[in-house]
Amino acid sequence: MIEMTGVGKSYGPIRALRDIDLRVNAGEVTCVLGDNGAGKSTLIKIMSGLHPHSSGVLKVDGRETVFTSPRQALDLGIATVYQDLAVVPLMEVWRNFFLGSELTGGRYPLAGLRIRDMRRIADEELRKMGITVADIDQPIGTLSGGQRQCVAIARAVYFGARVLILDEPTAALGVRQSGVVLRYVAAARDQGIGVVFITHNPHHAYLVGDHFVVLKLGAMVLDARRGTVTLERLTAEMAGGAELAELAEQLRRPA
Amino acid sequence: MRPEVGALVAAAVIFVFFLAVAPAFRSADAFVTVLYQSSTIGIVAVGVGLLMIGGEFDLSAGVIVTSAGLVNSMFCWYFGINLWVGAILSLLFCLAVGFLNGYLVMRTGIPSFLITLGTFFVLQGANLGVTKLVTGSVSSTDVSRIDGYDSLGVIFASSFEIGSVVIWGTVVWWILFVAVATWILRRTRGGNWIYAVGGAADSARAVGVHVVRTKIGLFLAVSFLGWFVGMHNLYRFNTLQAGGGVGNEFLYIIAAVVGGTLLTGGFGNALGVAIGAFIFGMTSLGIVYAGWDPNWFRAFLGVMLLLAVLVNLYVRRLATREARA
Repeated sequence: MIEMTGVGKSYGPIRALRDIDLRVNAGEVTCVLGDNGAGKSTLIKIMSGLHPHSSGVLKVDGRETVFTSPRQALDLGIATVYQDLAVVPLMEVWRNFFLGSELTGGRYPLAGLRIRDMRRIADEELRKMGITVADIDQPIGTLSGGQRQCVAIARAVYFGARVLILDEPTAALGVRQSGVVLRYVAAARDQGIGVVFITHNPHHAYLVGDHFVVLKLGAMVLDARRGTVTLERLTAEMAGGAELAELAEQLRRPA
Repeated sequence: MRPEVGALVAAAVIFVFFLAVAPAFRSADAFVTVLYQSSTIGIVAVGVGLLMIGGEFDLSAGVIVTSAGLVNSMFCWYFGINLWVGAILSLLFCLAVGFLNGYLVMRTGIPSFLITLGTFFVLQGANLGVTKLVTGSVSSTDVSRIDGYDSLGVIFASSFEIGSVVIWGTVVWWILFVAVATWILRRTRGGNWIYAVGGAADSARAVGVHVVRTKIGLFLAVSFLGWFVGMHNLYRFNTLQAGGGVGNEFLYIIAAVVGGTLLTGGFGNALGVAIGAFIFGMTSLGIVYAGWDPNWFRAFLGVMLLLAVLVNLYVRRLATREARA
């Protein structure tokens, strides 16, 4: 659904990303791995419309596109769930769920929010995903990190996301909560959604991924499908690959 | 936790206090005077409150009230045309200032505190400078004999009687503006967006909220309400002092904060701001009715502000404390 060929991005003289080829297919999880500063966030920003790319070609459904706003990407069904800026903490759970896509009744400028419907739908959708909140009116800031992440994912799925970009959804979570989030990733994939899963944890990636891309210093160093790559290889690439082997050589200590 | 609870308790305590110490406070006349006093601050404070929920400040909100009246009055006096033309011109002028405030804040990323401090000084200086150029003194000329004075007076500065008391129209307008603001905040998409841009602008933008449009709209709302009160002042007093309005921007902000609005944005409501303005009205007049030195009023206001900030801080902690899962 998304196809990138030779995509790059420069911020002034700094090249944050170069020559990225990436395909996102429906019903698949594409994992983007990389260390801090490898260009993961730049890649997300291009796909989600926060920053336009400066070279290469980005095609959505076969049509060449340059995003100028997140709204534009959203309208094409590309939704992004950010690690830290997923929700507005002081707003109620249901208001967060519908933020930016509120249901209104009546005619502008007298169009009021359909509050009752929105509260009911938000509650139902969250239950469907196995999240029970004590009170749909509580500020979302009072939920745990994993729950907030799941609300954000459930929201994107409900609003018909065809491509779901997840920015480090498990980075700040413990093992159990990561498990909850990974199960939603798998559930979303099974619904036919193309998932882009950004992480620096190869174990989490290997659990759900169909296709793995490793970034380093703004360039792709590995591009492999599931079955052609092992968890050990991924882990080694993540840890630094050849560089790490060299380092091991230099630091070798007598047994 | 509702934002206006603290203000409501404070308002009740202050009300009972002045009933006890100031005999002159205990009449229907005094009460409607308090309401009038509250409304002149409260109308602009509604806008400032919305703007603060949206995460921004407007320090030019006090002087723009005076600018609005001066533009209307002097333009019509100098060119000898109908006051309606000047009133509309003045509205356009205020909206342009509001737009400029919002546009500069959004475009440059410089805090609104600084940008509007700039417009505050520009307007303050221009109010005096232009008035002196046009009229040769620091007050505007009397507008009561220019065409359109009567009809504008009916809209902006009329009063009516209920029983023995005279109620100013601004009180009704104030209640109306508070009601509209409440409806917008709680029941419209725009209101949802105001909370969102104030609470977490980046998150809001990422889910498709028009952050820039929402914030510029809020600055426009403040200028509109400033213009409204400017019109009231002009058509009630006929002449204006060019140096007026300075310092009122803080009264609006205090009314909003006392009413439970978070200084950092994302929390508060219109009813709270109205109660904040009512507390202002009660104390400014209550001190006079009690026969005390009116200078104490500012000291009292400062104490209220500090207490309110502490309460707000506590509320925010409660609301964002993460549950253990």
